[in-house]
Amino acid sequence: MAAVAQLSATGLVKDFGGLRAVDVSAFTLNEGEIRAVIGPNGAGKTTFVSLLCGRFPPSAGRIEFEERDITAMPAHERVALGIAYTFQITSIFGNLSLYDNVALPAQRRVMLDGGGAVRERAMGALERVGLADRAQEIAGAQSYGHQRLLEVAMGLALGPKVLILDEPTQGLADSEIDEFIALIQDVARETTILLIEHNMPVVMALAEQITVLDQGRVLAEGTPEAIRADAAVQAAYLGG
Amino acid sequence: MIKSILLHGAVIALLIVLEPVLSEYHHGNLARILVLATYAVGYNILFGYTGLLSLGHAMFFAAGMYGCALMVRLAEWSVGPAFLFGVVCALVAGLVVGMLALRTIGVGFMIVTLMFAEAAHLTIAYYNEYTRGDEGFTIPQAVRTVAGLDLSDTTTRYFAALVLFSVCLIGSAALVQSRAGRVLVAIRENEDRVRMLGFNPFRYKLLALVLSAVMAGAAGAAYAVLFGYAGSTFASVQYSIFPLLWVLLGGPGTTLGPLLGTVLMFYLVDYASGTVMPGLAAFVEGSFGIEAPGLASAYLLLVGIALVLLVLFAPRGVLGVVRARVMPWLP
Amino acid sequence: MDFLSYLPFDLPHPALLLAGVLEGTVLAAVLALTALGLSIVFGIMRVVNVAHGEFYMLGAVLAWFVTTWVAAVTGGPPWLGFAVALVIAPLVVGAIAAATDWLVLKRLNYDPEATIVATIGILYIIQQLALTFYGPYARPVEAPFDFRVATPYFGYSGYKLVVVGAAIALMLVVWLVLTRTRIGLVMRATQYDRETAQAFGIPVDKVYAGVFALGAGLAAIGAVLIVPIRQADYLMGGDPLLLSFIVVILGGLGSLRGTLVAALFIGLADGLISTIYDATLAKILATLLVAMVLVFRPQGLFGARAA
Repeated sequence: MAAVAQLSATGLVKDFGGLRAVDVSAFTLNEGEIRAVIGPNGAGKTTFVSLLCGRFPPSAGRIEFEERDITAMPAHERVALGIAYTFQITSIFGNLSLYDNVALPAQRRVMLDGGGAVRERAMGALERVGLADRAQEIAGAQSYGHQRLLEVAMGLALGPKVLILDEPTQGLADSEIDEFIALIQDVARETTILLIEHNMPVVMALAEQITVLDQGRVLAEGTPEAIRADAAVQAAYLGG
Repeated sequence: MIKSILLHGAVIALLIVLEPVLSEYHHGNLARILVLATYAVGYNILFGYTGLLSLGHAMFFAAGMYGCALMVRLAEWSVGPAFLFGVVCALVAGLVVGMLALRTIGVGFMIVTLMFAEAAHLTIAYYNEYTRGDEGFTIPQAVRTVAGLDLSDTTTRYFAALVLFSVCLIGSAALVQSRAGRVLVAIRENEDRVRMLGFNPFRYKLLALVLSAVMAGAAGAAYAVLFGYAGSTFASVQYSIFPLLWVLLGGPGTTLGPLLGTVLMFYLVDYASGTVMPGLAAFVEGSFGIEAPGLASAYLLLVGIALVLLVLFAPRGVLGVVRARVMPWLP
Repeated sequence: MDFLSYLPFDLPHPALLLAGVLEGTVLAAVLALTALGLSIVFGIMRVVNVAHGEFYMLGAVLAWFVTTWVAAVTGGPPWLGFAVALVIAPLVVGAIAAATDWLVLKRLNYDPEATIVATIGILYIIQQLALTFYGPYARPVEAPFDFRVATPYFGYSGYKLVVVGAAIALMLVVWLVLTRTRIGLVMRATQYDRETAQAFGIPVDKVYAGVFALGAGLAAIGAVLIVPIRQADYLMGGDPLLLSFIVVILGGLGSLRGTLVAALFIGLADGLISTIYDATLAKILATLLVAMVLVFRPQGLFGARAA
């Protein structure tokens, strides 16, 4: 299967004051793949994907989505194009019900499609993560694991082409992690996945391609096997 | 949903049934309260549901009031079209102020709205020749008729105020239970997340602000028509603070909170300035020999105390507490 | 070029212009002092104190009570009562402010929006208590001394010039305290990071109460200085509040240097425009300017950079 570039960045730079947080000369996410972005703390992973989804503008560089320049496009329009982002710090609407949490992205999708049933789409997303029976409960009262799953369900309800997950398994129990891996494999059948992840077993189980960031730069890129064998990665990240 | 329809229906029905049994005094009060509560209902859409705290809503109330009253006074329009013109003025003011003020957030938004409202207040004072400043002007009883109905008649006035209030109450209840309303509440909870779900928060905030301004303007125009008076006091900071206080007291983000808060505060101030404070003034002077020349007229003291106590101890207001403890379905 | 004849108004007489500049300077001096208080409170505590104008009013009203009392008890000259007022008014106002901080603002955890609503409430409480005990009157306080300075056109009150000098001296003192002393260092430390300051053993609660008292005290001193020129009444807090807001925002929120520059600018502009044209128009333009600055240039016109 020939790889089709879906989301790409060239010469992407982000400076905070005097600090260069991101400096990625070239990055390409191919359609249909599961890509993991790994790297030590402070490597600029969250900043990098935040630039891709438009949470803040880059200092320099260019971002393309499906051959269209989206560098200057505001975040909400990128989401409408099909780039969904789920937050690292759980960022659900704690005072609303689970249903309302997923109904928001569901109704956005329905608005974009010009029709469809919000309720079905919302419940579908909850079912997929196994939270449908709790639809009317208040989101803030759920366990941490359930809140992480809700966060993913919100992304799914948007029906995105690219789903960016920022450390989705952080704080999950081992049993929850296994279910989560199965869920992402299922989702990946229709959606490209870009995953920031610290948990190496999860990365190795899911990723088809891995990008290693260090100090804002791409240190290495390749299949899990190649990354595992890469000496530079071992030195910088895996503790040498 | 059905509970919500029944509840709002019951409140409106109660207000209809009350009309013939009220004493003349309470009758006039309640008509005034309904108009002011309409203003509060509008304020609540922005503050209670969308989480935007405006300190300048008096400019929208005044836009409606003066848009309407000046057309009657200077252009000799009849009150029907003048009322609509007042509402349109508030709508335009809401759009213009919203486009600018919504570029700021939090404290910035509060101060920008405060400054715009102060500029509007001063402008009304500046064009004293037409507006008669804070002295204001009256609209003669003879022209306050619509479709043959005399709006200065107490019963007609009561029902006119009730119709306006009911329309805005039902409108706000429908809005907050709609899809757009869900987005507004979500913006209040976490604007950044809403943006990352693909919505343009600015557009929704502008919608909330314009609707809020329209209701405030309708209340202002109705006040001019029903009570036959327009004055620049209604454009002062005080009248921007009042709806905030009423909504805070009744319960921000509840559909009926604005009415409850307005009723409670109106009668609290009425009772205190009519009975308690003159008595207190006499007591202080008689017992302690301390002169308190202004105590009898210091009813705004209650406004200040209420604001501080609410912010400190009950930021969810009466109905907010009821919703949290007893009736979680309360819209 | 005779472009002056195309101006839409007549140029004022030089005497009027000079009067405008002098009045503007006096206004600018007192305004700078008052606005400095607002600016320090915002800069260090991130609290927008809407009740600031009432602390100013309270200073003026207390000055009347104190001077009246001193005159009645000692029968001494006006300067004695005035000197006592200059000490007592800011102390009392500062104590009230510290109590406010402790009873209200601290309990709100200095949440920006909640503190604004609370200070609006405090505004009404102070203002209405002043109405209650001082009454709805405007009463003068006698100037501590009386001499006139000659200008080419008219004699000018020497007291007003002393007010300018006193205000400048006070601002210098405040600036020195903030930049050159340990207390100032502690205040600035809490400004940058409250929690870290606390971890380093700085008593943040006390510092905040002190800062709030200092801000209010500066407004009170400004009011005591102005009250021989302008009478004391319970509604006099509105104007200085509005003007201080304008100054602090145009100067850049929390920027002391910007505040001083903006105070001079607004004071002179207001003095000139109100003397020559119309005070209301000047205020309309100033409030609109402030709104536009907040919308398009939140770091202020004279501020260095965004906070």
